[in-house]
Amino acid sequence: MISTLTKGERELAIVILGILACVGLAMAAAGRADPLGAHGWLIIALCVPMIFFVIAGYYTPQPAEERLSQYYDDPSKAGIIAAMVWVVFGLFVGDWVAWQLVYPDLTFDAAWSSFGRIRPVHTTSVIFGFGGNALIATSLHVLQRTSRARLPDQLSPWFVLVGYNLFCLIAVTGYLMGVTQSKEYAEPEWYADIWLVIVWVVYFLIYLRTLARRKEPHIYVANWYYMAFILVVAVLHIVNNIAVPVSFGHAKSYSLFSGVQDAMTQWWYGHNAVAFFLTSGFLGMMYYYLPMRAGRPIFSYRMSIISFWGITFMYMWVGSHHLHYTALPQWVQTLGMTFSLMLLVPSWASAGNALLTLNGAWHKVRDDATLRFMMVAAVFYGLTTFEGSFMAIRPVNALSHYTDWTIGHVHAGALGWVALITFGSIYAVVPWLWKREAMYSGRLVELHFWLALSGTIIYVFAMWNSGIIQGLMWRTYNESGTLAYSFLDSLVAMHPYYIARATGGLLFFLGAVVGFYNIWMTIRTAPAAQVSDVRTDIPVPASAGTPALQPGE
Amino acid sequence: MFGLHYKLERTTIGFALAVIVAASIGGFVEIAPLFTIDETVEKAPDMRVYTPLEIAGRNIYIREGCYACHSQMIRTLRDEVDRYGPYSLAVESQYDHPMLWGSKRTGPDLARLGGKYSDEWHVAHLINPRNVVSVSKMPPYGWLARTTLRIDDLGEHLETLRRVGVPYTDEMIAHASADAYGQARPDSTYAEAVRTRYGEATQIRSFDGRSNEPTEMAALVAYLQILGRLTDVATKSAAQAGE
Repeated sequence: MISTLTKGERELAIVILGILACVGLAMAAAGRADPLGAHGWLIIALCVPMIFFVIAGYYTPQPAEERLSQYYDDPSKAGIIAAMVWVVFGLFVGDWVAWQLVYPDLTFDAAWSSFGRIRPVHTTSVIFGFGGNALIATSLHVLQRTSRARLPDQLSPWFVLVGYNLFCLIAVTGYLMGVTQSKEYAEPEWYADIWLVIVWVVYFLIYLRTLARRKEPHIYVANWYYMAFILVVAVLHIVNNIAVPVSFGHAKSYSLFSGVQDAMTQWWYGHNAVAFFLTSGFLGMMYYYLPMRAGRPIFSYRMSIISFWGITFMYMWVGSHHLHYTALPQWVQTLGMTFSLMLLVPSWASAGNALLTLNGAWHKVRDDATLRFMMVAAVFYGLTTFEGSFMAIRPVNALSHYTDWTIGHVHAGALGWVALITFGSIYAVVPWLWKREAMYSGRLVELHFWLALSGTIIYVFAMWNSGIIQGLMWRTYNESGTLAYSFLDSLVAMHPYYIARATGGLLFFLGAVVGFYNIWMTIRTAPAAQVSDVRTDIPVPASAGTPALQPGE
Repeated sequence: MFGLHYKLERTTIGFALAVIVAASIGGFVEIAPLFTIDETVEKAPDMRVYTPLEIAGRNIYIREGCYACHSQMIRTLRDEVDRYGPYSLAVESQYDHPMLWGSKRTGPDLARLGGKYSDEWHVAHLINPRNVVSVSKMPPYGWLARTTLRIDDLGEHLETLRRVGVPYTDEMIAHASADAYGQARPDSTYAEAVRTRYGEATQIRSFDGRSNEPTEMAALVAYLQILGRLTDVATKSAAQAGE
């Protein structure tokens, strides 16, 4: 790995790691009586071995000049492995936390293992650990192919990947120690937030620098989505995390906003984390890997323009539908609901564009589980966005809010759309990256597909049932005009659905384990002597090889 | 229109700027006015601030992720008002940095929990919820009763909160640690000063049933007992509406 870095990059890597280790030392010293100190030691424990690792490879020969005529895929490979590690871990924790709602004593009377602390471990591991690593890995792969340009240097992608995983690690270990801002999906504290901003700026610079050197006149659709993902997540992250730390020796900070303004800012962030992290980025993935795998051009270029700008503009208005009937002024609630309904148009335009792209390739969907992953993902994307618009209607929300229906909706999107499109893309890209003919086992891909699909369906149906029953029980009056059910009655009624949900989650988790094994075995098997498209997978203008995907096609 | 886009997608910076502009409008229109329109937050002249002990308890509530299962926001719906009490007003969380409105009720809403149960009930319930509620799904929090509360840095916490807008006085900040001790230990010499600083209605009790150093349990119970009781403006407006 170090052998692919130039001498200057190796030196810069040592300097960066040295600075980071010093920051870790300062945190360890200033936060002696605080979890901040433990994070300082964690940073030191990670940076010092990495310094030795770079030094150990320092005198290996420098990479040859020929590298500049090839794509740089090592960070993408590492990112995919990281994504698979995070998903296995995150789904395991998720299923554990689901079983805690069946057997609440599964915490073993420890502080770190209670529901409130490991729930964010689950959400952060799957959203940011799995989703984020998959986005970084695939975006770097797609960016190079669609621009026909190599990444601008070798060090910055590693900085982004390693730095991002450091952020995830600090976040997850923090929750176990009780370090959290309590803002959903923005739980990490101020120091982790600042670090993520630095990583994110470098990530965007990679995009700008590579696009500046592109050999194609147009920026391909997938990159529009990846860029929107990077840019808007940066805006959301910075605004929602404005806080004042108690001191430089405290992990704890107090949010600048309070009450109703804080609630609106949080759900403006929260819903657009869904929009720009879990939708925009993964649509970028879909717009490259689905047409590539199907061997068909995108159905409609104009539809992708409409859906892209519709999503980018309208999503930012809808966060207030999380606050219907609350102390938030009603005009904001109404705006949120209205835009949520309009949002269905660009959402279905995206889903429809994906499915119509498959026209002429449906026999491949039948035979190829990888493509089927992506097809079903597009279907779930359509279903979930419809459900989302529906749930944003105020009277519907009166029933669904605060119940398991929301959890079911989120998982229809997270499992059915985000995870399936990611697994499909990973199964497509792994053989390309490692220069293999195909995955180690096509039957294991098939097995993973059915485990994932059945797990998702069981999960979502369980939560629909429990959520609607819960909502109805809370609002049912008896003939004398008093509430018919106590809260505990509704809790008892949830029990069978919680068992079903945890079972569905278990199936999905097992699918990910199968996928991990399959990817691992694909990497371990010897490369095919000469994979057919290796020679064309190089950064030269379109006329010399197969054409890169371009928006006009 | 599509021709324009055909040109736009050839320039990286132009495209990036267009994304930022398109994505910023919604937030500006919906969030900025919340800071400037006066009616957004009602007036509550009797509103008091959290005491240092309650802040410590609130931080434990955040640390343990209680908000993942308990909301603190009663909606303007008949069944919620019948079940939990008068609906929540914006002013009631105006000193909440951050707010803890929550998004999920695996357990019941806690916006008006204060005073509903005794301290002893809360302690027993937190040690093992199934001792008092046999079908409860809540995790046990027994270690809270075994962990001494950190109070030495509460002055810094109050000072930070003042920086973000909570009206703590210099005196409150200077005596934060002593006040936290005094509020949980009514027999100590520090107890009386808490009442003078934070008002007659301040609850000064043992909370955790102990008499030595206050535990985290004492702080959390003190916080749970103040929920919905920083101001009675919501109860008053509900009573007026009923007349």
